[in-house]
Parts: sequence; C-alpha cells; structure tokens
Amino acid sequence: MSALDNTNTFEPVIIGFTCNWCSYRAADLAGTSRIKYPPNVRLIRVMCSGRIDPTFVLKALSDGADGVMIAGCHPGECHYLEQNYKALRRHRLLQKTLAQFGIEPARVRLTWASAAEGALFAQEIATMVDEVKQLGPLNWPARPVPVGSVPAEIPVLSEVGA
Amino acid sequence: MAGQELIEQDIHEQQLTRVVVAACSPHLHEKTFRGVCERSGMNPYLSEMASIREHVAWVHTDKVAATAKAKAIVSGTVERVLKNDPLEAIRVPIDAQTLVVGGGIAGIQAALEVAEAGYDVYLIEREASLGGHMAQFDKTFPTLDCAACILTPKMASAGAHPKVHLFTWSEVEKVEGFVGNYTVTVKKKPRYVDEDICTGCGICVEKCPVLVVDDKFEAGIGYRKAIYWPFAQAVPNLPVLDTETCTYYIGGKGGCRACEKFCPTVPNSIKFDQKEERVTLKVGNIILATGWDLFNARRIPQYGYGRLANVFTNLELERMCNAAGPTGGKVVLRDGQTAPKRVGIVHCVGSRDRNYNRHCSAICCMQSLKTAHLVKERTGAEVYNFYIDIRTPGKEYDEFYQRVLDDGVHFVRGKVAEISDIPFDPAEASRNGAGTLYIQVEDTLAGMQRRIPVDMVVLAAGLEPRRDSSEVGKTFGIACSSNGWFIEKHAKMDPIATMTEGVFVAGCAGGPKDIPASVSQGSAAAARVLNYIRQGELALEPVRASVLEERCSGCRICNGLCPFNAISFIEERKVTEINAALCQGCGTCVAACPAGAIQGTGFSNEQLFAQIEGLLRDVNRSHEPEVV
Amino acid sequence: MSKPKFAMYWAAACGGCEIAVLNIDEKVLDLDANFEVAFWPAAMDVKYKDVEAMEDASILVTLFNGSIRTDENEHMARLLRRKSRILVAFGSCANEGCIPGLANLSSRESLFERVYQANATSPSTENPNNLRPQASSQVPEGTLTLPPLQAVIRTLDQVVEVDYHVPGCPPESRQIAAVLDALIAVVKGEAELPPKGAVLGAGNSTVCDECARKRDVKQIGKISRIQELPPLATDVCLLEQGLMCAGPATRSGCDSRCPNVGAPCIGCYGAAPGVLDQGARLMTAIASVVDANEPDAIDRVLDGIPDPAGSFYRFSLAHSLLRANRAALAEKP
Repeated sequence: MSALDNTNTFEPVIIGFTCNWCSYRAADLAGTSRIKYPPNVRLIRVMCSGRIDPTFVLKALSDGADGVMIAGCHPGECHYLEQNYKALRRHRLLQKTLAQFGIEPARVRLTWASAAEGALFAQEIATMVDEVKQLGPLNWPARPVPVGSVPAEIPVLSEVGA
Repeated sequence: MAGQELIEQDIHEQQLTRVVVAACSPHLHEKTFRGVCERSGMNPYLSEMASIREHVAWVHTDKVAATAKAKAIVSGTVERVLKNDPLEAIRVPIDAQTLVVGGGIAGIQAALEVAEAGYDVYLIEREASLGGHMAQFDKTFPTLDCAACILTPKMASAGAHPKVHLFTWSEVEKVEGFVGNYTVTVKKKPRYVDEDICTGCGICVEKCPVLVVDDKFEAGIGYRKAIYWPFAQAVPNLPVLDTETCTYYIGGKGGCRACEKFCPTVPNSIKFDQKEERVTLKVGNIILATGWDLFNARRIPQYGYGRLANVFTNLELERMCNAAGPTGGKVVLRDGQTAPKRVGIVHCVGSRDRNYNRHCSAICCMQSLKTAHLVKERTGAEVYNFYIDIRTPGKEYDEFYQRVLDDGVHFVRGKVAEISDIPFDPAEASRNGAGTLYIQVEDTLAGMQRRIPVDMVVLAAGLEPRRDSSEVGKTFGIACSSNGWFIEKHAKMDPIATMTEGVFVAGCAGGPKDIPASVSQGSAAAARVLNYIRQGELALEPVRASVLEERCSGCRICNGLCPFNAISFIEERKVTEINAALCQGCGTCVAACPAGAIQGTGFSNEQLFAQIEGLLRDVNRSHEPEVV
Repeated sequence: MSKPKFAMYWAAACGGCEIAVLNIDEKVLDLDANFEVAFWPAAMDVKYKDVEAMEDASILVTLFNGSIRTDENEHMARLLRRKSRILVAFGSCANEGCIPGLANLSSRESLFERVYQANATSPSTENPNNLRPQASSQVPEGTLTLPPLQAVIRTLDQVVEVDYHVPGCPPESRQIAAVLDALIAVVKGEAELPPKGAVLGAGNSTVCDECARKRDVKQIGKISRIQELPPLATDVCLLEQGLMCAGPATRSGCDSRCPNVGAPCIGCYGAAPGVLDQGARLMTAIASVVDANEPDAIDRVLDGIPDPAGSFYRFSLAHSLLRANRAALAEKP
C-alpha cells in the first residue's frame, strides 16, 4: 500500500505495554498537556518493562491486535535499575522469531519514554500507527475451536466395564 | 451525592465484589478509590481504575474513535479486575538500629540526629578518622568561618555519643536482608594499634623515623609518618600504621619497631600482628553518605598539573591556606617560600566539559571566589578568575561574589585553553621574568584572545562520583546514574530515598552539593529513618513475585535477574525462593521463568491475559475457515 | 460381561508412539487382559467402515497419536471422537503438532515446491517432470484418490474435544505403562478417573528437576551448536556450557533422558503446567540471561540461534499462540 494512497481507511488496533514509572506516566503527561495523538493504541500498565512477557505480545497479536508497542524507561534510567535491558533483550529475540512467522518488525515496536516525555511518547504512537497503517491489517486468524460430536459425558466409575 | 459516596452506596446495596472506576489515571486517584472500597468493607485490591481521561478524553479529537477506545479500556479493566485477588499490604518490622556509611559532614549529621533521638547508630568510615573532605578545608564560604572550628565539635560529639558506634578504617563488605531487617558485614582493616588500649598520646608518631608525603589529607603538599594520625583533631584519636611505608614491614618484619619500643601503655598498644576483622551488624535502615572524589587534574594535560610546578589544585590551596597546614597558612609557590604576585584561578576544571564531566560541580565557583579572596588577603597578589559562568545561587553567595569583585579580583569570562611556561618570544620572557606561567584564554566578553602571565595557577578541580560508586551501589542494591552518582527515588519529590526501601542517600553521594545542602540532607535522611523507626513497622505494596515451589525445577534462569538480591537458591531443596520484603515487584523474573513457576501478585498472567482479551473484544476477527 | 473396548490410531505422525506402546513389554498382556482391542491399525486389521459401523461412544478409550494434516486425519479424529468415551491425545503430535508441525512455518505451496519441484532446494528431489500428487487421478483400473493436504497442521484438540493428554515424543514407555495401569485400575473400579483435561504420564515441573547436572546462575555470552563445542563437562548444566537446552521450559516426566547423556533437551514433553506458549517461555528465559545490554552485542549472542522459531517451537508450534506462519494461515484450507 503506497503512502500516497488516501483511500486507506484502515485503523489499526495496537496494544501498548507501558511501565508504571516512565512510559505510563509519559502517557499521563501527554494527557495533562493535552497533546493530541491517534486513538489507535490501548495501554496496559505493568510495573516495569521487565514484566513484559513475549507471551503477552503473541497473545495480543493472535487475539486481533495489528501491532504491539512496548515502552519502558530509557536505558540506564530503569526504576528497577536494569530491568528494561531484559525487555530490550527479549524484544530483539522476539523480533527475530516473529520474522519467521511473517510478522513485520514495525508491528512490534520497542520504545523508551521518560515520565517527562509526554510529547515524545505521543509522537512515538503517531509514528507507529502510521507505520502499521501502511502495513495493513494483521488479522491473525482466531484459534480453531474444536467441533464435532462429543459423548454427553465421560463415564463415571460405576459405568466403566459394565 | 459525591461520587465516592455513590460508590460506597452501590457497594452496600448491590453487594458489589469488584469495582472499576473509569476516570483519571490510577496515579492520581487509585489510593482514593481503594480507600472507598476499604471503607465499604471490600478488599481494596479488588478495585481498578480505567484511565479514560488522560489516555482518551484529553488526547483524542475524533469523538467516535475516542469513545470506542474508552469502551475498550473499560472492557479490559473489567476483565482484569475479575482476576484480581484480595491482597493485604506486606508489613515488615523495623529494627531501630541504623547504619550510616561515610563519616563526612553529611554522615556525621545523620548519625547525630538519629542518636540524639535515642537510637543506636553504626557510623562506618573508610578512612582512619571522621571528617571527610570538609576536614581538609580551610575556610568555608561565604561566611569564612574556619571549617575545623565548625566541624570538629560535630566530630567530637559523634565520637563521644553513647548511641553512635564508630567503625573507622572500616568498610561495608556485604549487605543482606531488606528494609527493617538488614544484616551488614563490616570489614575492619587492621590499624596495628589496639583501639582499647591506646590513649592517643602520640609518642609512637613522634618516634617514628619514617617521613612520607601525605597525599591524602594534605593533598600531597605535606608529610606524615609511617604511623600517623590522619590529622590533628582526628576522631577517634588513634593513630594508624601504614604497612607500605613502615620500615618494619618493608624489611619483611624486621628492624625498627620504634613505635612499639616507646609506647607507654601496658600492655603495649602496637599490634604488629593485628588481623582484618569482620563484624556483623543488624540494622533497620541504611544512610549512604559516601561523598565524592576530586577530579584528577592530570587528565587535562594542557593545564600542566603535575608537569608545571606552580599549577596547584583547589584542594592543595585549601591545605596551604590552613594555619595548621603544611605551610602554616602561607600561600607560597612550590618552592615553599616565594609568595606569588600574580595568581590565576581556573574554574570548571573537569566539570561542564564534555571531554570529562558534563555536570556542574556546584561548589567550585564559590570555592574559587573564596580562594581568590584568601590569596588576595594573604599575599596582596593580582588575582584572575577564569570562568564560564559564575554560579552563586546559595544564601549570601552572590553577596560574597560582589565582595570579591570589590576586593579587586579580576574576572575573565572564558575557558582557559592552555597553561604554559614557555614565552612567545624573548621580549615576553624578559617582560615577565623567569618562571612565569602564561594563561591562554579567549575573553568572551571582550571578544579577544588574552595571554595572562601569572606566578601561580589554581585549578578548581570538580567533584566526581566515588571511583567505586557502582560497586558500592551493587552492595546496597541501589543504582548509579550513567555518570556515577547514586540515583534518588525521585529527583525532586524524594531526593533522599532510593528505589531500595530502607536505603537513603545524603550529601554528595547523590550529586555535588555544598556544605549546607549536605548537612540538610543528613538531617533529612535521619528524619526519614526516624519516621520508619517510630512507625515500628512498614506497610509495603503487595505487588510481589513468589515461586510455586512444586513447579520450580531449580533451573536458576531467574537467579541472576534481580538487582535487589531478592532471589535466592535453596541448595538443599534445589528450588528458588523470593524474599517478599526484598522484592520490589518489577515482575522481571515472572516474565523470565521458563516453567511459569513464578507468580506476579497484582500483575499476574491471568490478569494481564484477561486485560488483553478485554481490550481486543471489539476487534472484528476473520476466523480461520472451517474444514468440514 | 464383555471387556471395554480399546483403540489406538495413527494420524500425521512418525509411528514412534506406536512403537513406544509396544515397548511396554509384558504390560501389553495386561492391556489385552482388560480390554478388547476394537481398532488398532498398526497391530491388527480393522477397516474404517468397521469403526463407522460401531455404536457411538462404544469404545471406552482411544489413544490418538499424530496431528491433523490431511482430510483423512480429520475425518478419523471426528469419527473416533464420536465413537469414544475417552479420547486421549497421545504423544507430542496429537498434543502440540510436534516435528510435523514445523511445516506450519511454510505455506503448503512452498512445501510442495520444495519437495516436488525439479530444481528445488531439496537435495533428494529427482522429479524431472515436476509431477505432483493429486487428490484424484485416473488410472486404467479406475480413479485413485489421496486425502488432500490441509493448509496447516492442527493438533487434535483444535479439531475435536480431548479428554486427556499424554505428552512426549514419544511418551516414555514407563509412563505409558503407568497410564495403562491407572486406566486398568479405573476399569476394575479401584480408582477414579482424573479430572477432564488432565495431563497424564508426566511430571508437574520441568526437565531440570530430573536433570543430574549441577546448575548455577546463568549468563549466556555465546550460544553454540553441540558440534561446535569441545567435549562438554558431564556434570554442568548444558545451557551454562553454551548449548540451547529446552529443559527449563519443558515438562518433566522423561527422566531428563537427553541432558543426562549429554544432549540438550529439545522440548518434546511440551510446556510446563499452566503455560500458554512453550516457545515464548524458552525465548524469554534465554533472552533474559543474555550477557549483553547493547542492541548489537545482544544480537551477536542471539545470532547463535539461527532458527529461533524452530528452536523454541520445535514441538509445540502448531499449538502455540501464533500456530503457523502468516502465509500458511492465509491459504485456503
């Protein structure tokens, strides 16, 4: 899809994982500063970007999100000293892995924002939304649900062998 | 009816078991609404806030999309709260004993405040005496009262206070435990002098035949003996023997022993075979007042320190100005006798300089002004100050600057490019005399290059973090910023506390400060500690990680991930354990555990999975086509 | 009183599970003593139509091994579900897709290309006429049919409801024997069935629990393959020696067979209890202990894992959160 194509009406849904101390507060600050940014990112607060499990990202993508943002304190400024480096390491490995599933790197964005960087955080969101718009919907198919006939119930002890 | 009352009423009437408040950010009112739930008989942790103001209403203009997002956030929060467990705050008892690390002015102040309140304090000092850098100073700005006159009474009080337990010539080696309940291992280095017997008479020092340059207290411009007091008013009043210069030790434990021979105490106080000792202390809180190191001016070769004899550091000048110092208070050149007629003082040496340290050392402007005043007063020399900006924000500081201006001290705005002893030409040499130092500087006010001949240069070397600050930080479980100062919990709102509960920072360990600020921080840290002691116990947020032992295989992936040392391996059972009081609740180990054996209370997988599902409930999915 | 009926079926799988069952030695006599074998193609000749003729729910227990790759696999899964009271997903393929599930990283078309194209990358392909198997083909004797390949591999529980799970590639014979013993005890009225959905024949922690190697705090500076390393210490954790070992993220129950003889665990017993995605657990564990903080330095360490999806999801890909490559999922079934 070309960037010039103004018929692109796709509005991505992005899940944003933010840390309690920096990035979530950056989002708070963007709010109190009335900085405008696109409404496509829905935030989840965890205590630290180190809490963010690749499972969360995979679950969000497979549950219908078009992208996932991971946001923590700047390297060296982690509220828990060094845990955002673990987020960084996991993100690198996750990206390598996701490539094999055909998921573009821009869909899983790692970013740093301090509690003072409301404007930067809003800008990061705008950039990501733009990039995911260009990629189009991810639209990961829902997990198959088992169908087919199932006996009413599993036999209880007395029935077995009868 | 106010909103809070409405919620209370609903909790009662509808028998609510969970509450979601869709309003502002939890950082504003989470406490408020948890309180409402608690008052209504609910567990407060069964409530959640959905931030639809800061994260939606105030930041989006498309009302339809914003409403959809707000609904999704509420949906996510509702799903999450259903998975919330009732929790209790973690209560830990606080041991009333306190550890203060660092016996400079900040540490002394902190220790005295706690001791005066009636609680025991262990004051640990790496050097042989209390006092820190302040003990080296001559006068203090802006009042020019003598540093020793105001410091030594404090040192003496700390030394004599029954509640202050001094450990000088000692270092903290290991810290275990958590707020309220720390176990600290202190290494006592051997002094080779028996603390219990020595009376501090000083005969050993007098009789010691070895004279060495004292590059610590006297900043390299004075001498001390091999057995010595750090300085005259040392607290405790005990000498220390330096095995690296003592003839007896250098000779492989043979010869001399003059100190022992002349020691008048019975039994003899000199203990050549004294060994390192380990002492274990139990404390509830820790105050770190470990201070700063002086910038090594040799790192700027164009300033010539260490190469050009008459280039001095500010610390050398402090010792020189001091009446008890090596020159008896006379300001003289390196030859020890000639008074300088022209003196240049260079500000910002190693500070505000991207080649060395970007930070402002905060005190050097005032210290340089003070030096300018003292030099002028004692020698009548022409004094030039070379500065980038003059920073005098403290009480009566700028008044002092005006006074120094009135003294007739010259101020040149510009960063000194070079200090050289080589004249341009014979004419310059004959004009200025032999031994002249030339200061090359761009005078940015006059807009011209200047070359100022002086006899003496004083470099205002800046303050740097202690060279071992990052190891010390690791020992205490706190962090240093990238430039090495300890990081406070909040730079503005909580500058004394750290991210580790029960560990506080005072004085220059957290960044450059003047004496009044260091003293204030010492008192403030003590106030925080006393607050904890008086509460007797502390309630901690129950956001914690815990190990499901039956699922833990002891793979030890998580063992190295906790900067707070909350994770330990139980060798006998081959499982990992998390200490709830040490755990800060970041959840990194929860996310790392390959077995899913670590649970994150308050931010569990179940809660977060549910929140993801709730947030995405409105997304239209294409389903994988069914196979029939 | 007739004996309860027992069935075992082999869908998309290698056959190892069947061998593992036979490997229980004389225990198979207990099976015969307590059950009537109604359907077990690997052991006796019963036709599909015989199964179709059985009454619904007339088989007490079916051990179903193999994943669902073809229409035939799916048909049999549905059929056996209807005929069985207890359907057991038996072995890694049925539970999580196993090695065949790795095909989900490629689209069906690219699989065919690789296997049948004349100039394909597969070194064993010799097919100058680019012949491909067809769902139906005419021969002089009539029409031959082959069950069509589905777009992606699915696990048994993605197709029909499953009552119990026995993990492993294959399940350890001692564990199979224990499961059969438990089942016989139920049949004899001496025990109750475990709760539906239970994992049988496995432990509740991970492989490290059964591994005799000594473990320490981990910091990984380099990841290598076993052939790139000098002889390994026999008593030290393989992960700490620079090998990708899936043991920390793999359910216990195998007695840590591979690590105990010097080969890293490859993860065949699947995820630990309560874990949603085994690959993610292994991925996060490895990444967390990478001994680097700068992106480039981190990547240098991670470059030691040339095939991360294959390494983390070697057995569990088809049952993972993403299940398959996007292109494979987008194909028509």
